[in-house]
Amino acid sequence: MSVTKPLPHDAGALHVSGAARYVDDIPAPRGTLHLAFGTSEIAKGRITAMDLAEVRAAPGVVAVLTADDLPFANDVSPSIHDEPLLSDGSIHYLGQPLFLVVADSHLNARKAAKLGRVETEAETPLLTIEDALAADSHFEDGPRIYEKGDAARAIASAPHKITGSLEMGGQEHFYLEGQAAMALPQDNGDMLVHSSTQHPTEIQHKVAEAVGLPMHGVRVETRRMGGGFGGKESQGNALACACAIAARLTGKPCKMRYDRDDDMMITGKRHDFRIDYEVGFDDAGRILGVNFLQYARCGWAQDLSLPVADRAMLHADNAYHLEHARIESHRLKTNTQSATAFRGFGGPQGMLGIERVVDHIAHHLSRDPLEVRRANYYAAPEATGPGTGHRYGGAHSDGKATRYAAPGPAERPSEDLASRGATDNVAAPDVPKPAAGVQTTPYGMEVTDFILHGMTHALAERADYTGRRAKVTEWNAQNPILKRGLALTPVKFGISFTLTHLNQAGALVHVYQDGSIHLNHGGTEMGQGLFQKVAQVAASRFGVPMETIRITATDTAKVPNTSATAASSGSDLNGMAVRDACDKITGRIAAHLAELHQQPVENVRFEDGYVYVGDNQLTFAEAAKSAYENRVSLSATGFYKTPDVAWDRIKGQGRPFFYFAYGAALTEVVIDTLTGENRILRTDIIHDAGASLNPALDIGQVEGGFVQGAGWLTMEELVWDDAGRLRTHAPSTYKIPACSDRPEIFNVDLWDGENRSETIYRSKAVGEPPFMLGMSAFFAISDAIAACGERYPDLDAPATPERILWAVRRQLG
Amino acid sequence: MDIGFLLNGEPVRVRPDNPTETLLDWLRESRGLTGTKEGCNEGDCGACTVMVQDADGIRALNACILFLPQLDGKSVRTVEGIRADDGGLHPVQQAMVDEHGSQCGFCTPGFVASMAVAHANGQTDYDDRLAGNLCRCTGYAPIIRAAKTAQSAPVPQWTRTDPSSVEKYLGGSAKGVGGSAPLLPDSSDELADLYAANPEATLIAGATDVGLWVTKQLRDLDPVIFLHKCRDLQQIEDQGDTLRIGAGVTIARLWEAMKPLYPSFAEMLRRYGSVQVREAATLGGNIANGSPIGDSPPPLIALGATLHLRKGDNRRNMPLEDFFIEYGKQDCAPGEFVEAVTLPKDQPNLRVYKLSKRFDQDISAVCGAFNLTLEGDTVTAARIAFGGMAGTPKRASALEAALIGHPLSEESATRASAALEEDFTPLSDMRASASYRMESAKNMLLRYVHEMNGTQTSVLEVTP
Repeated sequence: MSVTKPLPHDAGALHVSGAARYVDDIPAPRGTLHLAFGTSEIAKGRITAMDLAEVRAAPGVVAVLTADDLPFANDVSPSIHDEPLLSDGSIHYLGQPLFLVVADSHLNARKAAKLGRVETEAETPLLTIEDALAADSHFEDGPRIYEKGDAARAIASAPHKITGSLEMGGQEHFYLEGQAAMALPQDNGDMLVHSSTQHPTEIQHKVAEAVGLPMHGVRVETRRMGGGFGGKESQGNALACACAIAARLTGKPCKMRYDRDDDMMITGKRHDFRIDYEVGFDDAGRILGVNFLQYARCGWAQDLSLPVADRAMLHADNAYHLEHARIESHRLKTNTQSATAFRGFGGPQGMLGIERVVDHIAHHLSRDPLEVRRANYYAAPEATGPGTGHRYGGAHSDGKATRYAAPGPAERPSEDLASRGATDNVAAPDVPKPAAGVQTTPYGMEVTDFILHGMTHALAERADYTGRRAKVTEWNAQNPILKRGLALTPVKFGISFTLTHLNQAGALVHVYQDGSIHLNHGGTEMGQGLFQKVAQVAASRFGVPMETIRITATDTAKVPNTSATAASSGSDLNGMAVRDACDKITGRIAAHLAELHQQPVENVRFEDGYVYVGDNQLTFAEAAKSAYENRVSLSATGFYKTPDVAWDRIKGQGRPFFYFAYGAALTEVVIDTLTGENRILRTDIIHDAGASLNPALDIGQVEGGFVQGAGWLTMEELVWDDAGRLRTHAPSTYKIPACSDRPEIFNVDLWDGENRSETIYRSKAVGEPPFMLGMSAFFAISDAIAACGERYPDLDAPATPERILWAVRRQLG
Repeated sequence: MDIGFLLNGEPVRVRPDNPTETLLDWLRESRGLTGTKEGCNEGDCGACTVMVQDADGIRALNACILFLPQLDGKSVRTVEGIRADDGGLHPVQQAMVDEHGSQCGFCTPGFVASMAVAHANGQTDYDDRLAGNLCRCTGYAPIIRAAKTAQSAPVPQWTRTDPSSVEKYLGGSAKGVGGSAPLLPDSSDELADLYAANPEATLIAGATDVGLWVTKQLRDLDPVIFLHKCRDLQQIEDQGDTLRIGAGVTIARLWEAMKPLYPSFAEMLRRYGSVQVREAATLGGNIANGSPIGDSPPPLIALGATLHLRKGDNRRNMPLEDFFIEYGKQDCAPGEFVEAVTLPKDQPNLRVYKLSKRFDQDISAVCGAFNLTLEGDTVTAARIAFGGMAGTPKRASALEAALIGHPLSEESATRASAALEEDFTPLSDMRASASYRMESAKNMLLRYVHEMNGTQTSVLEVTP
């Protein structure tokens, strides 16, 4: 079987020879036009006059469009239509697109876009969390609150109590391939759009509205992205809509790609957060009650901020059982880029809050942080053995989880139901009640697959936590300037879209008469190896070698109504949908061959490139030919929907996740107490990918996720000035980890175990969870700072040299 | 004017639309060679890395800030030409597939080019060789595994270019004059005449700074004078007690020259920029642009280096620190250019510290260079200079005065470092706050004291 094999990325050979095509590499037809936005120079205010004569007169310019020139919807929002493609006269952030230049070359478009003379009436922008709180500038009607037990009372009566606050910065995706799209006009005014997007269906929906067509008039194709990380879930809408509108207007193919600086100035990033906490605990460090106040800086438009902030709340427990917890979440509207999806989708922020609390408790009690972590872990499940698929008690939903209100009259723009930002028409579902005696999360979901006890033990043993803890202490005593620190942090990450209806996927599989197989599904390839994993599933179902399968570009004309490739769901959902399609076809072939050879259908097997029918053996190609000649359909769609999930996001109750994915990381760092310079010396990781579909690709996700997560919490710093201008808008000023920033010793292992839930071959999602392993680097730095004095370091993120130096200073008094 | 070079082994002649057309745009838009990617368009991510070969060897360079005239007479190999014509993969390409070194694949062609250059040159310090290539997917571990896997494989025949064949095919391209044609002098004498006659021209050596005027500020530069053919500006002359470094010497070559003399200076130069930047950027460019955060002036000032300027046939010399008058203003007349720098070879107490958010390929928040002369324990002379603390690279005169005559101890250093507040009033920006700059600059003096006492002070030297 192809599943479980560590095969290389399906496009590896193309990548290394420069032959893998990205949107900007697709040969453009002659006469293709190029687009660029003219953008705002102020963060808040109104346009009083816009003189674009010089722009129009610039070399190569074909057209210049403002909001008034748009034929249909002026909307690229994935949620509540608060994000115009071009400013409607109001300005909400510095970098907002105001007008659109259409020119004969990328360079000419960029040059002309600088020539607009825009007069504005500036207002004082709201830039920070504090600004927004003072102005009561929120999304939604008020804070969301999830509660379990009585946190206030538990804290009040606890033997120990501490309070604190943690700020954490946002993060630029820095996908190496910037945002890009190309629209090619077709018959009837239809549009073919190539887009670097994680969400082709949303591009299709937004483009259709932008050019006044039903969705059937727009076909979106995405072969691959040069990285996504969440940054291409909604942020590609503007480019695709601009291209389609310009293509409709000019009748010419239109292409747009952001220059890196424009990309960073225009598009959204990870949400920065402030988390205030108050916690009561016992002498062993066990949390008796905790109260979190989460403040998310969402930027100017709602985008996907509500589900991001929800997920931060849903991960406020991380791996810890909280009997009494209150989580209050504020979604703050500011005049900055509209924060958006980024690997972890709020989960990392929520988790960092509780990890900070646990670390703080340990310091307060002078206990080893790992000991306090373990004391607070959820209980291990009863011994049922892995891979039984047993799910515990509780009244699981029975398929009536989600209802929709009757659709209203067809108004534009309409709700984008396939977006995680969708809010309308989603009624509160009936949610399952947890069984008595089973530990639950603060939102009432049973935790029945908790494997971190074993993983933590294995990691601590394998990487010698205790021995190295002693060595670090000894080393620090001998070194006056440099200090080492160590931390082991766990991850428990919920897998499923929290907007339940998105947990569905489709596939399309054709077997041709020569036995070759064409594979298509709704997921997109951004480097994670989804296409290869899903192809491995298909090859396993048909019992054929990988070469038999052709993986094809994601295409809204092949599989419709897809969800974004997001929430780590790609292989879970699409793997299952592809399995369904393959099994339909093998079922038909088997039935045909069984009848032909007068054998029971159970005697037909697909293995090693052959089809065995009792004692008869056919090559797969012979079987396909025979089926074709006997008029058996060799094409099938597949479909999958995740079972058992039901969730009420307003009440904060239910089962939003099908299962949890786990991981643990132990990181050692060294800091310089004179400058705050720091380096990761060693990281050991054990990560849970269930029964891995492809261990090589999964380890790749873990290694890459860790480094990206460590980058978020160390060197990656977004800086806005007082006028609201992002000052870190290129790799010269925004520093993602470079080669030498990875741990010098970097050991990554997968936890050997099957998913207890019935996922594709019992594998687990692996896209986002490893990102949060990077927290170990942050707490190791905090540990090194703690070695400089008595107080708790109170370190904010990112832990840049500057923040570290100030924290050391505080230690020294 | 025509530019001639070898592209993936085939001779090409080009007449650029303008003298600052980049190799990257030309490859992608005119040649349809889309394997080379644009990731940042400012030389920071390395997705556009190509192999460039000339008589001096094989180098990795960023195509996004490399202008076509800079390639005249050289050989360029892109990712497409690193693979064999029959589709056979170069050992680094095969290893990248086998070791799972690509995920999204967008940075991969640049990595492959950097790795192929390192492979051809037998360089195995991969963390440094690949510091100029950013990857957002893999965490780099599998890429390093791939580089090591390919290390011992022979260099494939198809990637070998005989540098002399370049001259044979393409030698003697026409020199343009005036209009939008670039000026390509062959010697400093010729440059002196041309620049005196065209003082409004922009001088371009490595284009690691000027490149961004074109790709980011979208400026049309005209006229321009390219310096890379002035071989006599690229000499390093050992003059006994001193070294005279030509303005056209790249940072990569300066690094090699400083390794035996001043290891601390050399280590800073390693971190000055990525391989791709160090191989293009020149010492003269780093000084002449007058940046307050240029990394070479502080150590050179601390060494007491002399700057040599030339205009026409007139030459003048000055202590390097005198060249920097104020932000954006240097003591340099129209038509005058930096010809060389002379530095002493006998200053063993020089230590150079560069602070930035990231160790590699990052611009300094503060760069400090300390050169104290000691008799016994007592400081008898001091030359200390900083970048990032003022509008120019500048000596810390008050600090120097506060140190002279006192013993070099933690206590005296702590006391003396307060004098830095007389020397500097740094700014806050996205790299650091003013207070961090001041605090860390003071602490650099403490680091110096500890380092001279043999205490370990660099996190880069700690082993796991």
